[in-house]
Amino acid sequence: MTANWFPLWLSLRVAVLATLVSVAFGLWMAWVLANREFRGKELVYALVTLPLVLPPTVLGYYLLVVLGTSSPLGHLYESLFGAPLVFTWQAAVVASTLHAIPLLTKSARAAFETTGRNYEKAARAIGASDWRVFWRVTLPLSRRAVAAASLTAFARALGDFGVTLMIAGNLPGKTQTAAVGIYDAIQRGDTRAARVLVLALSVATLAIVYAANRLGPRPVAE
Amino acid sequence: MIEARINKRIAPSLDSAGFSLDIEFQARSGVTALFGTAGSGKTLTFDAIAGFVRPDAGRIMLDDRILFDADSRVHLKPQQRNCGYVLQCDGLFPNMTLRENLIFAADRLPRLERHRRVNETVERFQLTGLAGRRPQEISRGERMRCLLARALMSAPRVLLLDEPSHGLDAPSRTELHRLLRAVQGDFPIPILLATHDLEECFQLADEMLVLRDGRIAQSGSPREILEQPASVEVARLLGVSNLFQAEITALDPGRNTSRLRFQEHELTGTYFPGHLLGDRVWLCVRAGDLRVTGRNGARVEANQVPAKLLCVSEMPQSVRLEFSGDISVELARNEFERQKDNKDWLVEFPPAALRVL
Repeated sequence: MTANWFPLWLSLRVAVLATLVSVAFGLWMAWVLANREFRGKELVYALVTLPLVLPPTVLGYYLLVVLGTSSPLGHLYESLFGAPLVFTWQAAVVASTLHAIPLLTKSARAAFETTGRNYEKAARAIGASDWRVFWRVTLPLSRRAVAAASLTAFARALGDFGVTLMIAGNLPGKTQTAAVGIYDAIQRGDTRAARVLVLALSVATLAIVYAANRLGPRPVAE
Repeated sequence: MIEARINKRIAPSLDSAGFSLDIEFQARSGVTALFGTAGSGKTLTFDAIAGFVRPDAGRIMLDDRILFDADSRVHLKPQQRNCGYVLQCDGLFPNMTLRENLIFAADRLPRLERHRRVNETVERFQLTGLAGRRPQEISRGERMRCLLARALMSAPRVLLLDEPSHGLDAPSRTELHRLLRAVQGDFPIPILLATHDLEECFQLADEMLVLRDGRIAQSGSPREILEQPASVEVARLLGVSNLFQAEITALDPGRNTSRLRFQEHELTGTYFPGHLLGDRVWLCVRAGDLRVTGRNGARVEANQVPAKLLCVSEMPQSVRLEFSGDISVELARNEFERQKDNKDWLVEFPPAALRVL
């Protein structure tokens, strides 16, 4: 019997998409938190980082309520794409994204707040817009930290289990990611299938985390 | 011309004792030095002018533009202020070459114009051979040159230089001063120079503001200020080492003389307008204005004070002698060589050198 590679392939696809979304959102969020003063800023930050510590079941429950077929958002999605979001692989992307965003936001905010503040100031003083300062100064100077955070977020997205199970379900060949597949295989007593997935996930995430640590947030000298 | 009235309070926090800035000044084209120690409010003033700090009250005008006005709630963004600001901590982008740094500053110009300006600037600031290098690969003095060039790319209406000679060696410092004088000739804009170096004020500044604890303690030309410090604090900042409490015992405007008593000595000085008989004043004499002779048993003449030599310290061009009674004298080296075998010393206070505060 050949190994079933679908769960791994799906995990990879989900993780890539989740990383892209979380990098875009996380960098924006981090920039806002590092550069803008507004009331309730730290509350926003707390909400964004909450998925790191909230039990997956709680998070999954909220997502089911917010994105479920009877919710306004769920309705909107259904009318746009013709099918409900929950229990599809796209829902797994949402689940993974939610876990990847805090990792990115945390690291990127720390990097933006410490790296290159004076360079940003110099750039503004010579008339550069915020947008230009971000792309030409802030991001290049904190690229190592951002790259490391993106890798960590990718590794996290690759292995999401709880929330994915809650809102994407466990439909083999449809929504069954690697992490969920291992659980399923163990339940069935198929230790061989479980071992393949466990090994693949372990090696992949080890490599990614190692690379991320090597990149490390090495700050640019001021 | 720049006119600024800036009030800013910074509340005490864990890592600072709090600070309050309250200054008002004008600067015309030419160099105006903001002279003060670290923590006197120089950088905060610059940050307020350049738009990085919002003052609590006041008004900042650059030519006929309002940059900040507390009453009408105008607070332009740094990008809109047209200030050339050279930060204390360098600030050349390490991820770009020097040429790219200049191009970054000329971004708003049309392409051809930008190209022309960059080339022109590279030449004027003698960066031709360096333009392709990164800031990490060139010397501190060359970086300073490039920073000035970059700050002037966008044709600013005021130039703010925060401790530009900080960390430069003597030759680079001389070169920077030469460059700044050239810039001053080419760009008829106000140049504000934050510094804690009195020599730099004398070499470059037309006007000088002495900053102390967020207030302007005195303003005027460097020469005026050194000649007549407004207070004993200013005199200390200027490095005047002979400051004694004294009493005015006689004043004669007709003969332009006065008498002062300090410690147990009587000194004759010129007439001090604006003071009364019996006033307790600070007697202020620069170390270089005092003269010394050997006593060798001679009588103590008028304006001479016998003193014991406590300590001699060598300086590059001169020798500094510390005497009993907290008197410091600075003396040319050959003068000291001639006199160094004196046993007892007389310190002479020339009448014209005496200032009272």
